[in-house]
Amino acid sequence: MLNVGQLNDGFVLDHIEAGKSMMIYNKLGLDKLDCCVAIIKNARSNKMGKKDIIKIEGGLDLVDLDALGFIDHNITVNIIKDGEIAEKKTLKLPKSIKNVIQCQNPRCITSIEQELDQIFILTDEARQVYRCKYCEEKYTRQSRYNA
Amino acid sequence: MKHLLSPLDFTTDELEQLLDLARDISKNRDKYSHRCDGKKIATLFYEPSTRTRLSFEAAMLNLGGSVLGFSSANSSSAAKGESVSDTIRVISCYADICAMRHPKEGAPMVAAAKSGIPIINAGDGGHQHPTQTLTDLMTIRELRGSLNNFTIGLCGDLKFGRTVHSLINSLIRYENVKFILISPKELCIPDYIRETLIDNNIPFEEVEKLEDVMPQLDILYMTRVQKERFFNEDDYLRMKNFYILDKEKMALGKKDMYVLHPLPRVNEISVEVDDDPRAAYFKQAQFGVYVRMALILTLLGLDKE
Repeated sequence: MLNVGQLNDGFVLDHIEAGKSMMIYNKLGLDKLDCCVAIIKNARSNKMGKKDIIKIEGGLDLVDLDALGFIDHNITVNIIKDGEIAEKKTLKLPKSIKNVIQCQNPRCITSIEQELDQIFILTDEARQVYRCKYCEEKYTRQSRYNA
Repeated sequence: MKHLLSPLDFTTDELEQLLDLARDISKNRDKYSHRCDGKKIATLFYEPSTRTRLSFEAAMLNLGGSVLGFSSANSSSAAKGESVSDTIRVISCYADICAMRHPKEGAPMVAAAKSGIPIINAGDGGHQHPTQTLTDLMTIRELRGSLNNFTIGLCGDLKFGRTVHSLINSLIRYENVKFILISPKELCIPDYIRETLIDNNIPFEEVEKLEDVMPQLDILYMTRVQKERFFNEDDYLRMKNFYILDKEKMALGKKDMYVLHPLPRVNEISVEVDDDPRAAYFKQAQFGVYVRMALILTLLGLDKE
C-alpha cells in the first residue's frame, strides 16, 4: 500500500470513479494552483472496489463545486482541519453551470459568438437533463466525464 | 423591462390580457391608430422572412408608429462581424422596441441581456417563434371562444416544426385539451415533447393517417411535410397523400372544425379547400397583425388608456 503524506489543512475529493481523477484535475483547472495537490489513482474502496482521490492543500474556494457536482455528484468532499476530517460535504447537481461544457448545437448563437459564457441550466432533475441557456439543446449526463 | 423570447414568457393571465387587447384592436382599429405616434420599431432580420417582417411593420404602422431596420444580414453590420450585443446597444439609441429574427438559436436572448429596449423574438433558427404561437392562440380563441375543452390535430412535420412544439407547450397550460399527433414515424414529435405530455398527464395519441382521426378534430393544424425530410423516396411516395388536405378529407371533418396553418403552404392544403368556411389560415394571418399590435403596446407600456 502506497502512503501519501497527511493533509493538515485542506480538502479531499473522495469516491472519484477509478481512472477519472486526471479528467477532474484538468476540468477544475487544478494545474493552475500553487498549492500542494496529490492525485491517488486506483485506491482500494469498500464501496466502489477501486476509486481515485484528489487531496488539495488550501481553502474550498480553490475549486468550483458546481462544476464538480455536475461532473459527478457522487464525489464526496472531506474538509480537513488540523489533520482531522472537520466536515463531509455531499455534492448536488447544480442548478446551473458556467463554462464547464460547450454547446454542441451548430445552430446555437454560442457557435459564432465565442465571447459568450457557456451556461447550462438543470431543466429536469429526475432525468438529470441540462439544457443550453440560449438554444435549449440537451446535454445528457452519460457523456459528462468525457465533457 | 419585459421582452418576448419564448411563448411561455407570459403567464396565462398575462396572455389573456394580451389576447383581450388584440380582440379589442380588431374591433376598434381607429381607437388605436395613434397610440404609438412618435414611436419606432426596429425590425432586425438577419435572415429573410417577408411575412413576419411585414406583419410587424404593418402592426407598428397601424398604431401610428414608424419602422426602421434591415431584412438580411448582408445589409447589416453583422456582415462586418459585429456581435448581436453591440448591434442591439446601438439600435437601442435609435428605436423604442425591436423585433429580431436570427438564424442562430438564442440570439434574441443575447440581445435582451444588453438591450435598452424591449426585444421580441421574431424567430431564432429552429428554436422559438413566439409571435406565431400568439397568433395561433388568438385564432383558436377567436374562432372557438376559449382555449379550453377541444381536440387539436397537429399534422405533418412534427419533428422539426418549431411552431408545433411551441403551440403544444402553450396549450398544455389550458384545461381539457386533447392532442392528436398525425405524422410519419420519421417526423414524429421529439422525445422531450412526448415526455412533457406524459409528465403533465395530457391526453394524446400518435397516428399516421389523417383520415382516421378527422371526425374527432375541433382544430386541425397543418404543417408542411418536406420531401427532403424522408429517408427514402418510397416512404415519401407512400405517405405524401396522407398529409395533403383536400375536399374529400374535409368532408370527414366536423362542421365546426377549423383548419389552421402557419403559412406559407406549398401543396399540403389543396386550393379547393380555401373556399370552405372552415379554412381559417388567411384569417390567422390577419389575427397575426392584431396580436403583434397588442404585443407592441404591452411591451411599450401603452396597453392601458
